[in-house]
Amino acid sequence: MSATTDVLVENPVEQLLRTERMPHIWCPGCGIGTSVNCFARALLESNTDLDKVAIVSGIGCSGRVAGYLKLDSFHTTHGRAIPFATGLKLANPKLTVVVYSGDGDLFAIGGNHFIHAARRNVDIKVICINNFIYGMTGGQVAPTTPLEARASTAPYGCYEPPFNLPFLAEAAGATYVARWTTYHVVQLTKAFKELLAHRGFGFIEVIAPCPTLYQRRNRLGDGLDAMKYYKEHSKIRHGAPTSEVGLGFQSEIIVGKFVQKQRPTYFDMEEQVLRQRLGERYRPLEELVCQ
Amino acid sequence: MITADPRAVLTGAHFIDGDHACTEGCIAAGARFAAGYPITPSTEIVERFAERAPEIGGRFIQMEDELASSIAILGAVWAGAKAFTVTSGPGFSLMMEHLGLAVMTETPCVFVDVQRGGPSTGLPTLPAQGDMMQARWGSHGDYEIIALSPSSPQECFDLAIRAFNLSEEFRVPVLLMMDEAVGHMTEKVVIPPADQILLYPRRYTKRPPSEYWPYEFGEDLVPEMVRAGMGYRFHITGLTHDERGYPAMSAEAQNKLVRRLKEKILRAKDRIITLETEALEEADVVVVAYGITARVAQRAIELARKEGIRVGKIRLITIWPFPDEFLRHVAMRIRAFVVPELNLGQIIREVERASCGFCRVLGVPHAGGTVHRPEEILEVIEEAAR
Amino acid sequence: MPKPKGAVTIIIERCKGCGFCVEFCPTKVLELSNAFNSKGYHPPHVVAPEKCSGCDLCGMVCPDFAIFGYKLPATAAPSSELRPEEATVPAAQGGNS
Repeated sequence: MSATTDVLVENPVEQLLRTERMPHIWCPGCGIGTSVNCFARALLESNTDLDKVAIVSGIGCSGRVAGYLKLDSFHTTHGRAIPFATGLKLANPKLTVVVYSGDGDLFAIGGNHFIHAARRNVDIKVICINNFIYGMTGGQVAPTTPLEARASTAPYGCYEPPFNLPFLAEAAGATYVARWTTYHVVQLTKAFKELLAHRGFGFIEVIAPCPTLYQRRNRLGDGLDAMKYYKEHSKIRHGAPTSEVGLGFQSEIIVGKFVQKQRPTYFDMEEQVLRQRLGERYRPLEELVCQ
Repeated sequence: MITADPRAVLTGAHFIDGDHACTEGCIAAGARFAAGYPITPSTEIVERFAERAPEIGGRFIQMEDELASSIAILGAVWAGAKAFTVTSGPGFSLMMEHLGLAVMTETPCVFVDVQRGGPSTGLPTLPAQGDMMQARWGSHGDYEIIALSPSSPQECFDLAIRAFNLSEEFRVPVLLMMDEAVGHMTEKVVIPPADQILLYPRRYTKRPPSEYWPYEFGEDLVPEMVRAGMGYRFHITGLTHDERGYPAMSAEAQNKLVRRLKEKILRAKDRIITLETEALEEADVVVVAYGITARVAQRAIELARKEGIRVGKIRLITIWPFPDEFLRHVAMRIRAFVVPELNLGQIIREVERASCGFCRVLGVPHAGGTVHRPEEILEVIEEAAR
Repeated sequence: MPKPKGAVTIIIERCKGCGFCVEFCPTKVLELSNAFNSKGYHPPHVVAPEKCSGCDLCGMVCPDFAIFGYKLPATAAPSSELRPEEATVPAAQGGNS
């Protein structure tokens, strides 16, 4: 076997993976790994101190992301990654806190936490892998399942309208909102870098294939078919009004950066109010480290 | 042991209620982060913390619900803080999920439950002691927990500190099981000088990242801790895990982990359990009580003694783990235990179990909403003495 | 044969044969092989090494961290495959020549 003896070559993301846990549990053609790949590249290309990055996941297929990234990583309970992340960030504002989870976890059981974290503009970054379905538990209907798509608990097709996640995020107060698919690896990597650099609550929705449960039940082929679909049916519209980017069953997918703005973060507001009201008595804190 | 931060301890004599005393105890213990959701009759604890936090370098956040509060504190702990949350009634039910996560991930923290009447919304403003079994068994799966029960505002302060110390020593969530009566009772509370308040330091590892596994344990079965941002790149999960902290989906891993989680507490039981006893040597009848009920029972005991009945008392300060052996030895020497409590029979089941049939066990059940009348307890003591 | 500008390394045992790298390689360097890895998947193999630009799009799109591309300096060797024993060892330490 030939190899590269005169150049040091290893997978650029290798240093960010818990390689002893590979191969991972995700199915062939699942898009979660692709998103993690882009995220890892973004982390390496950004000037983030990797020892200060914490990844928090909930439960489900995407909930396993935390366990594969060689960072301080927390695999929490179903739907509660955001409040855990809020606690981490509030106790140590120097950490870069990233929530990496799925659509069911973040928007069904965890929906309340999402809107409140966005409202507070807590400086955490939320990445949602949206594969339109509950994967880990066997393909049940999700709050993102498009109308008429089939799921194991919607065997005749879904008749509840889904959330339009970017619209929800913006309405709740997110200051960075973007959507890409796992086909758009270059743009997605760039978006992750922007997210990491963003000050305030940021949100990226990543449309990803679930070949085993969503694609198969809906006769949409495998992961590669989904990727080709994204390639052919995505339309990049930066700055599109989020109210117009809702998704239907096999509809056009509007992708792009929809929102990027600044407003005072939780910390900004806290400091301003407490300093004003307490004056000299205010003892601001940077890190809550106990002995 | 280390001592408390003098800048945060309000040394001196105060006339405050149990809820406020609890806050001061948490602050003295080093807690600088709290998350909570408003619920009567516990809210005063976090109200006071919200007021005090900005002056002591702390932070309070009112979360969107109890699920969020009870996991926000776990996040804060993994970032390095000492943290607690506070609730009552239905909120305690919601927190069970993260009590379990804290047990599984061995996260030191304190949950305060100011008990009110239940089930469901029940009696928001009135006392009960109906959560005692939920404290022990409320989260799913097998685990061992530590729960303490104060009978006075002074003890709300003292036991808040003890709760933090035990949580740090054993890396387990500790429950402070107050009740509405104790929480809203105003009495003298003496806060000692900071240098007399001893605190158990967090068990941070001294090993370098290359030699550290998050759940490797030594002699006392308690692993060493790290926090986010130290460069350890560690992983924690609520899944059954191995010593590296990685998910391990096997009966073998489950057996090893869950048995250790129980054993680390059970083997230190004698140090964890604290009781207040009175006149046990001569007693024919012994009253076993805790929280506010122990104070009402005291009056009943005095009335019974006037009638010539030889009555002893055991006040449970540590509720969980339960003092099985101690009660069994007492049971061998006496005619009966009398167990008054503000529920229809919870801790009495433990007393019956611990007694192994050596003596009778009579309850004084009460559905809650108020406290017992001493006479109700006295009647049962009289019956026990017959 | 023209000298390639880039090369890919395939970590065969991590591959699940999804075909993303084959499909989205801009210069069509890869094809799925007929061989199996130990999990029974068909990993890709290099069919047109001279076309590789080292753009690493295969590396970005791979859900399994099983392939990556890189630019070659003027004197380097072409694309390679890693077997499991080398899979987690950086090339420099592994000394696989």
